[in-house]
Amino acid sequence: MSESTRPKADRIRALLETESDEIKGNTRLFNAARYDAVEAVGEETHEQYRTRAREIKEESIEQLPDLTDRTRTAVEANGGTVYIADDAADANRYITTVIADAEADSVVKSKSMTTEEIDLNEAIEADGYDVWETDLGEFVIQVAEEAPSHIVGPSLHKSREEITALFEREFEPDEPLDSAQKLTAFAREFLGERIDEADVGITGANFVMAESGSIALVTNEGNARKCASIPDTHVAVAGIEKIIPSIAELEPFAELISRSATGQDIPQYLSLLTPPVETPTIDFDHEDEPSFGNSDAERDFHLVLIDNGRRSMRQDDDLRETLYCIRCGACANSCANFQSVGGHAFGGETYTGGIATGWEAGIEGLDVAEEFNDLCTGCSRCVNACPVKIDIPWINTVVRDRINRGKDPGFDDLLVDGLVPDEEESGTPLRKRFFGNFETVAKIGSTTAPLSNAVASSDVARKAMESTLGVDARRDLPAFKRTTLRKWARSRDSHVVDPVRRVALYPDVYTNHVQTERGKAAVRVLETLGCEVVVPDVGGSGRAPLSQGMIATAEDKARNVAKSLLPYLEDGYDVVVVEPSDIAMFRREYEKLLPTGAYERIDEGSYEILEFVYGLLENDGDIDALPTGDGAGIAYHSHCQQRTLGLESYTETVLERLGYDVLTSDVECCGMAGSFGYKSEYYDLSMDVGETLAEQFETAADERTIVASGTSCMEQLDSLLSPGTRHPIELLDPVR
Amino acid sequence: MSAGSVHEFQQSLARLDTASTVVSPDEFETELKDIIETPAVGAALPFDDLSLSELPVQLEPSPAQLREAVTGVTGARMSIASLGTVAVESRSQGDEFVALYPEFHVVVVRESDIRATLSDAFTWLRAEFEAGRQSLILATGPSSTGDMGALVQGVHGPEQVHIVIIRDNESQ
Repeated sequence: MSESTRPKADRIRALLETESDEIKGNTRLFNAARYDAVEAVGEETHEQYRTRAREIKEESIEQLPDLTDRTRTAVEANGGTVYIADDAADANRYITTVIADAEADSVVKSKSMTTEEIDLNEAIEADGYDVWETDLGEFVIQVAEEAPSHIVGPSLHKSREEITALFEREFEPDEPLDSAQKLTAFAREFLGERIDEADVGITGANFVMAESGSIALVTNEGNARKCASIPDTHVAVAGIEKIIPSIAELEPFAELISRSATGQDIPQYLSLLTPPVETPTIDFDHEDEPSFGNSDAERDFHLVLIDNGRRSMRQDDDLRETLYCIRCGACANSCANFQSVGGHAFGGETYTGGIATGWEAGIEGLDVAEEFNDLCTGCSRCVNACPVKIDIPWINTVVRDRINRGKDPGFDDLLVDGLVPDEEESGTPLRKRFFGNFETVAKIGSTTAPLSNAVASSDVARKAMESTLGVDARRDLPAFKRTTLRKWARSRDSHVVDPVRRVALYPDVYTNHVQTERGKAAVRVLETLGCEVVVPDVGGSGRAPLSQGMIATAEDKARNVAKSLLPYLEDGYDVVVVEPSDIAMFRREYEKLLPTGAYERIDEGSYEILEFVYGLLENDGDIDALPTGDGAGIAYHSHCQQRTLGLESYTETVLERLGYDVLTSDVECCGMAGSFGYKSEYYDLSMDVGETLAEQFETAADERTIVASGTSCMEQLDSLLSPGTRHPIELLDPVR
Repeated sequence: MSAGSVHEFQQSLARLDTASTVVSPDEFETELKDIIETPAVGAALPFDDLSLSELPVQLEPSPAQLREAVTGVTGARMSIASLGTVAVESRSQGDEFVALYPEFHVVVVRESDIRATLSDAFTWLRAEFEAGRQSLILATGPSSTGDMGALVQGVHGPEQVHIVIIRDNESQ
């Protein structure tokens, strides 16, 4: 391992040992609850809410200056005050002035990530006031003096036992706090007193409604209700992006936010407040006076809207959609890497999980985003989880690209510039260019195989690769085949007369150079089902460079693919793809990389191999021409990006129709994720993620054939269980 | 806007571990008296024909009475059958405090005010906002937290909720 990657590896290993169990348990609970809740409300209905929510956010950010003005007008007409803070210091200055003007002694807060972002507690304490977090998760974090590990559950890395130890140490209670009930009762009483005494209550705002000057707050504990009503002065702090036009636009978000966050149909409390509220002020100093102490105090309300980089993000075509985020944490819960390490590795100064890259890049800068951005492998499982359809993997890719470009070119670059055919500026780290240019590596590998394989796996070479490229020596390297799929296909005659379909089988880099058997199987299966098959001369899809954040190179590859494939499509061929990560490029990422017309043509005309076989069988294809399963058991792991496209069911259905008994994994990702699992500092994490998949298949491994659609997944399963993982198309091969 | 059924509302409440009782307007006082555990505080109900004045419920309580109360009684002008949700309005009668402090929250709703779904509730909400009534809480079940290592009910709000549904007067 190189010196630069060692601290990161140590940090990840430490978190895997300390926080991983709790994070796994909690995020998977949320994630499973989200799937259940979406199923219960109906996929189609859920999708309608997402579409509407996305539209509202797009329009609101577009009209932000106008909405901000309207918010100010409404809040002021209601008798409140609006302050727009340029940055954290500006916001803190204003809020501490409000606290001073209220002649306050103490302040209570409900959960607000935005106040974490501006380090408001530190500013309040620096001015000599007490400030208490009243959300129990935030309270735990405050007492422990730690940072939140999750947007929704700031303390979900802590076990009940750890909280007991923490509270007993800090508060020395008379009775032991050895259950969740006792801890909650203790916190309720402790914080209840603090709330009653407080002069200022600070809340966040999940949504701000411009027309009426209202805020919406989503909570389960009831602490935000108390913070907003018991102290006479209420300060609500929110990013400027939280504004929507009116109560009418709140509806889809009310449907989506808790379902996405915790699988609840609605939160315990959805507060719609238009302060100053009618609820009378309460005076605990006159505790025996009727009418809540007969207080004559007036309510005072301040809405603090924070820019802190958001107006620049609004102007940034790639970071803009970060502003649509409603902070539900679904991207974190659906992320296999996050489930293993949590937000203390996969997060920046404030925000955690996949979307954190957008927030931290926009608010703090690329240097903060760089610390964790690599933990997004682009598996895309968060894409369908996000209630406002943010393309979170794309934001991660763009930020990675910007980080690459910000590097000073070193000696390595001068050397590599001449060797690799990429479009990247000098400065892109050498290892990223190695992984990003895997196609070139594979070409050289095949040409010189088997010598290349022997040399690459020698101890000397593996040590060199680990120290210069950070390729973990514990990983098996792909073995390149001398005879590529294309060479094999050229050497044989097609036997199909009067074909039902004409197919251009896309020779992705792995199928062409490494996993040639699955390519050959694909050709034979398609021919058996009456298709004419050609394996055209097409380059890599751009998946490898894109995963390294090398967008210019990926664009170049995409254009070349389009140039090669479009003539086939025009000629009536269907494009069929074996590798799921490449069909995902064609269907998803090419929208960003190609002109609209070319993207749409490729998107419409390409199919994943088993999706295509399914289509053939549905259209009178002769299933009897394929070998049957005879009840044999299969343990099938679909590919993350394949699942995001909703394509895994085709494989399951075809295998079942052939008579196989199919057990499917339900993990989000295998943990390999292309080059990720090869990188030394991520090896342990990759194996930890893979372990969950292995556990699901371990007991079945003896009597079931392990089958996986993706190259990475096959490699990961080979190393986790035993070598011999097959691609599903190989089971259909008439000459298997 | 479609009305929600009492039956569906009760089923939703059962899923939330929330008790419910259906009563006729005539039985209202007797039934409520049985449900309430004293000491109790309340906010004057937002209904012309129903009142807490004959019940052992302290209206406009002192802070001490509020803290000591076991039960808090409020009325809700809107509830949602599919979710088991009730509205707690931020009124000058102090509904918000009464609904938050005591460990037991009793909510009085009228059958005719039950909306079928959240979408129907939003139709009502838009009309309320239009009419200038713009502060309320949609409360669903008891207050709860998972932050202490297990799901616990009763945090900063009530530990138990009981919904009293008043049947529509058939002569109306």
